[in-house]
Amino acid sequence: MPIELVVNVVIAGVLTGLVYGLMALGLSVIFGVVRVVNFAHGEMMTIAMYATVVLFAALQLDPFLAVVPVAGLFFVFGTLLQAGLINAFITRPEHSQFMLLVAIAIVMVNGLLMVFGPDARNVQVDYQLESYAIGPILFDKARVYASAAAVAASAALFAFFKFTRVGKAIRACADNYLGAKVVGLNVKRYYALTFGLGSACVAVAGCMMILLVDVSPVLGPAYTLLAFVIVIVGGLGSMAGALLGGILIGVSEALAGLFIAPSAKSMFSFALLILVLLLRPQGLLGRKP
Amino acid sequence: MKAQRGTPSPVRRRVLKAAAASAALSTLGFPAIVRAQAGRLKVGVLLPRSGFQGLIGQSCQKGADLAPGVIKEMLGVDIELMNADTETNVDTARTRAERLIQEGAHVLVGPFDSGAAAAIAQVAEQRGVPFVINIAAAPQITEQGYKFVFRNFQTAPDIVRNGLALIGDLFQASNIAPRTAVFMHVNDTFGMAMAKGISAFMGRLTQLPFKIVDAIQYDPAARDLTVEVSKAKASNADFLLLVCRLNDAILLRREMVKQRWNPMGIVSPGSPGMYEEQYFKTLGKLSEYSISNVPWYNPKAELTRVVEKAFLKQNPNDKLVFHGLNTGFTFEAILVAADAFRRARSTDAKTLADAIRQTNITSKMMLGGPIKFNEKGQVEGIGSACVQNLNLTPTVVLPAAVATAKPVFPWPYYKA
Repeated sequence: MPIELVVNVVIAGVLTGLVYGLMALGLSVIFGVVRVVNFAHGEMMTIAMYATVVLFAALQLDPFLAVVPVAGLFFVFGTLLQAGLINAFITRPEHSQFMLLVAIAIVMVNGLLMVFGPDARNVQVDYQLESYAIGPILFDKARVYASAAAVAASAALFAFFKFTRVGKAIRACADNYLGAKVVGLNVKRYYALTFGLGSACVAVAGCMMILLVDVSPVLGPAYTLLAFVIVIVGGLGSMAGALLGGILIGVSEALAGLFIAPSAKSMFSFALLILVLLLRPQGLLGRKP
Repeated sequence: MKAQRGTPSPVRRRVLKAAAASAALSTLGFPAIVRAQAGRLKVGVLLPRSGFQGLIGQSCQKGADLAPGVIKEMLGVDIELMNADTETNVDTARTRAERLIQEGAHVLVGPFDSGAAAAIAQVAEQRGVPFVINIAAAPQITEQGYKFVFRNFQTAPDIVRNGLALIGDLFQASNIAPRTAVFMHVNDTFGMAMAKGISAFMGRLTQLPFKIVDAIQYDPAARDLTVEVSKAKASNADFLLLVCRLNDAILLRREMVKQRWNPMGIVSPGSPGMYEEQYFKTLGKLSEYSISNVPWYNPKAELTRVVEKAFLKQNPNDKLVFHGLNTGFTFEAILVAADAFRRARSTDAKTLADAIRQTNITSKMMLGGPIKFNEKGQVEGIGSACVQNLNLTPTVVLPAAVATAKPVFPWPYYKA
């Protein structure tokens, strides 16, 4: 097998994996702080992809510019969703939270079907079909840009949690719910803020993902599942783990497709999931409970 | 003389008479008179109008929607359509079929998918309701000894045999002999049946100058075909032999451009995707020169003109050429049911099935011989055409008798 073929496939896997990682980062952040698993995560990304398509169709807004309004909108939406609906379920049993978020996901999918119909949609920008070439090695331009944006968004989120007062307060809420309340933090407000940030994160991922795949309403559940696989592999609640998990899934799927069979790609990522659950249940970068 | 509004034009009248007469001839002693039918035939139409085959399902639906009006004029038969969306899901197809039967469907038509067709066939057989398949190629569907299942579409081996023969004709017409092909195909029921057919026929068709150097299967619902195209490119094959669906065909063509892979061309030995309107809409100029050897409609047939007129009336912004295959076979499936109902004068399932078995429709829209079912419920002798995308339109380039342009092969992007 030619070495350039392997290199090309690995590069594509890494670049796609970074965007996957950003998508999963939102899920990981929300779980890490609020301790609620967002079962509507993929559906939220699908809505972000549609929002990007609409902005592109109406204003010819490039997906990279669409990040600003879409992420802003999702931040507000996520904050309101947590404050208005999910906060009431925080202390309820997990199956209640599960049912709530699954219901939200179903409403989202059917809402999209009603508004946009079942057809797949996409955006077509000039650079989407272009690639950089270094000898026989090709770098798909859209993937390079999308993964760069994913790295930038992830770095900004890391910095926010590490260096800002609000970020530190959110981490305090995540580390010790009771302690945070004792020192006077408005925990539910920070939860809402966190859900907003996680939503904004998935919105950025959606804006990037539309450069790589066409969107249809039924895409959501598949991405919810993918995000779960990634955060479980990387470590639920670990931000770095989400990115690492994304890259691992992206590369392993690509290599499985190359060396085993392209149709075995998904199977391989689930095999990786089982392996991690067996050998390191907390995930590669997760902390032991 | 100008035809009055609501009155068939002289040409159309001739076509309608011819079609009605040919249908009437299928039962000896039955008077060849078009007359109103007492009662109405409830036709359950099962199509994937959503999901990843949604666009093709919607395209087929156009053929179903125009059928009641055209058939009423042709045969005097009243048809009530009962539409159901299979959602590109085999289990949904099965439950929707059950439901249509419970709601009183006399006959089922559909479902543009071999997996769904196999599931619906089981339901139809268990419940004893005739099922006329519009499009589905897996051969096993009509190999089960079913009594209520009929198919007016080529089986995968027929599609492959005709498609490969047309590839030979294409190379001959283009005066070129590629030596190698990389074969990419979807891994659903249809794709696997086609792959089996190709491996069976490749050795036998000695006029084909090429060898398949690699076979790559992929999921038709795949969101990314980077690896698949990388492997295909690495094979250094002269051209791409492709069995695809619509969304994956678009994805694949885009990926070929990204990876700067320009073989002599893309040739499908018989699959949907590259002649669909969405392929042109999404890809624009990149859709040009793709070739599909598929069962196709006869652009010169009289019935095609009648159907096209009804199609344009219902879909003023569409062109039949982008929906011809889907619309044509769906229309013909309903025509088969209506013709049987007209002769049987009954909605009794067994009587209707017996009447379908006696079908002999000679004035038809799709290429090939008359619609006559063999003892397995399969129509034989359905023709294929080599359809190439030229000037953003699917254009028949072979066989020469029905061609409207000459084939372009290799495509202009080819770099030796």
